[in-house]
Amino acid sequence: MMRRIFKIIEERFFYGLMLASTAFLVALLLFIVLIILYKGLPSLSWEMVSQTPKGGYYFGREGGLLNAIIGSLYLATGAVVIGLFISLPLSLAMNVYFRNNKKLVNAIRFVLDLLWGIPSIVYGAFGFTIMIYLGIKTSLLAGIITVSIFILPIMVRAMDEIMKQVPLTLLESAFSLGSTNTEVAFKVVARQCFPGIVTGVLLAFGRGIGDVAAVLFTTGYTDNIPTSLMDQTATLPLAVFFQLGSPIPEVQSRAYAAALILTVIILLISVVTRFLSRRYYKTSIK
Amino acid sequence: MNQPIISIKNLNLYFGKQHVLKNVNIEIPQNKVTVILGPSGCGKTSLLKTMNRLVDLHENVKISGQVFLDNEDILKDNVDITRIRKKMGLLSQKPSPLPMTIFNNVAYGMRINGIKRKRKLRPLVQKHLIEANLWDEVKDRMNDPASRLSIGQQQRLCLARGLAVNPEIILADEPTSALDPLSSTIIEKQFVELKRDYTIVLVTHVLRQARRIADYIVFMYLGEVIEQGPANEFFENPREEKTKAYLKGAFN
Ligand SMILES: Nc1ncnc2c1ncn2[C@@H]1O[C@H](COP(=O)(O)OP(=O)(O)OP(=O)(O)O)[C@@H](O)[C@H]1O
Ligand SMILES: [Mg+2]
Repeated sequence: MMRRIFKIIEERFFYGLMLASTAFLVALLLFIVLIILYKGLPSLSWEMVSQTPKGGYYFGREGGLLNAIIGSLYLATGAVVIGLFISLPLSLAMNVYFRNNKKLVNAIRFVLDLLWGIPSIVYGAFGFTIMIYLGIKTSLLAGIITVSIFILPIMVRAMDEIMKQVPLTLLESAFSLGSTNTEVAFKVVARQCFPGIVTGVLLAFGRGIGDVAAVLFTTGYTDNIPTSLMDQTATLPLAVFFQLGSPIPEVQSRAYAAALILTVIILLISVVTRFLSRRYYKTSIK
Repeated sequence: MNQPIISIKNLNLYFGKQHVLKNVNIEIPQNKVTVILGPSGCGKTSLLKTMNRLVDLHENVKISGQVFLDNEDILKDNVDITRIRKKMGLLSQKPSPLPMTIFNNVAYGMRINGIKRKRKLRPLVQKHLIEANLWDEVKDRMNDPASRLSIGQQQRLCLARGLAVNPEIILADEPTSALDPLSSTIIEKQFVELKRDYTIVLVTHVLRQARRIADYIVFMYLGEVIEQGPANEFFENPREEKTKAYLKGAFN
């Protein structure tokens, strides 16, 4: 009898805990979104997303942030593309070619986890050093390289975690048809893990587009939309950063509007990507 | 018996410290159905996986001995494993479709063998699905994910997929375990048909099935081959005590 009551109390307790923590998370998310909306929405305008800054924009005059929006999109897309070209083969190699070399694979995982833990400002400083060494000026290219290094461990580990879950029976059935390692990796494992790969890319895109520190020393800042990889470029996180530091309330409010734009971009890209790749979600083996 | 297509000599297999196959010697005749019998856990699956070197995927595996396929020892380090595996299609005990559509599952093996054109693939896919007795059920849903098929349908899909690689030998690990009696009988008949073009090695727990289709029997117990020989002799005049006990149902 006592045991039964105890069980019921236990059950209730953990159910309550689960409910409370879920509620807390949702509330936190809502709170953040509401603050950005409340503070940023009043100064959000069509002008802001369709024009580059005119003289005196950062003192509250007319113009917009199109340069930073485009700059950020270029930067994050470039970094993710470079990241994908390295992270996909690497994570596939870890889980197909070298899957029986546990020592090697675990060493790689360990290094990646360390890299993941390094703050982005360090990557920014590192990128800066490399730039000086190679004689590259602050530019879109320098930013793309720095951000791609910074998001690489995130992408590899996100994909790796999913590929680790591929059932051995699936690998066996692919190999028993006479597939080579490369065929198993790209035709079977990559396809099976497609949802995870998409998640890894989106995660990296979000981190890359939102980071200030990695671009602080590397991209420069300009009012123009970049037309080549060697141009300097503005980015949204830096636009938020600069405007937030302004004493003018109008400009501060624009900082929140820029943050709002950033959030909407990430959201849109997530939704569109998931929509476009839904076909591949269905064929994955559960 | 004419020249065996596979002959296994003094094969030992260890998973870590566990001795799974103990000094196994088997001769498998060409264009016949060889059935491997034995109680659960005796090493039947491990034997099939050694024959096409799928055990390479596992960690801590140790193999000694020889497996000759067409007089070539396939356990040697320098053999091209993908070529060996294309010669020996394996149907695993648990059907495991690839993460793609039904059509692409069957087409997979042909694509990696260089047949890429849809126009060429389509009739071949159909032919192999008919051979596996699945065509009628899936002909209107070729673009559905294979994972949506029932387990029994998946088993037949894997058979079609295996046939599409054009193997010489089919290693089938309990290929009818998820099928109802009627479909089992159809697949059994299919195997008997297939032996004209292929050599078949089939694992089963069902004695009656073995009686119906086997030409040659290998009986295993705890990792050892206890007795092997032509099916009628095996069933009519078993030599070993363990075989007699098994045939009476002692280990089931
Ligand atoms: N990957 C593995 N690692 C360690 N031990 C294994 C592994 N695979 C199989 N074994 C062991 O090897 C022995 C033989 O297994 P196997 O799967 O070959 O048996 P089986 O005859 O196919 O049985 P069943 O009829 O139940 O399928 C068992 O004792 C099993 O526990
Ligand atoms: Mg088995």
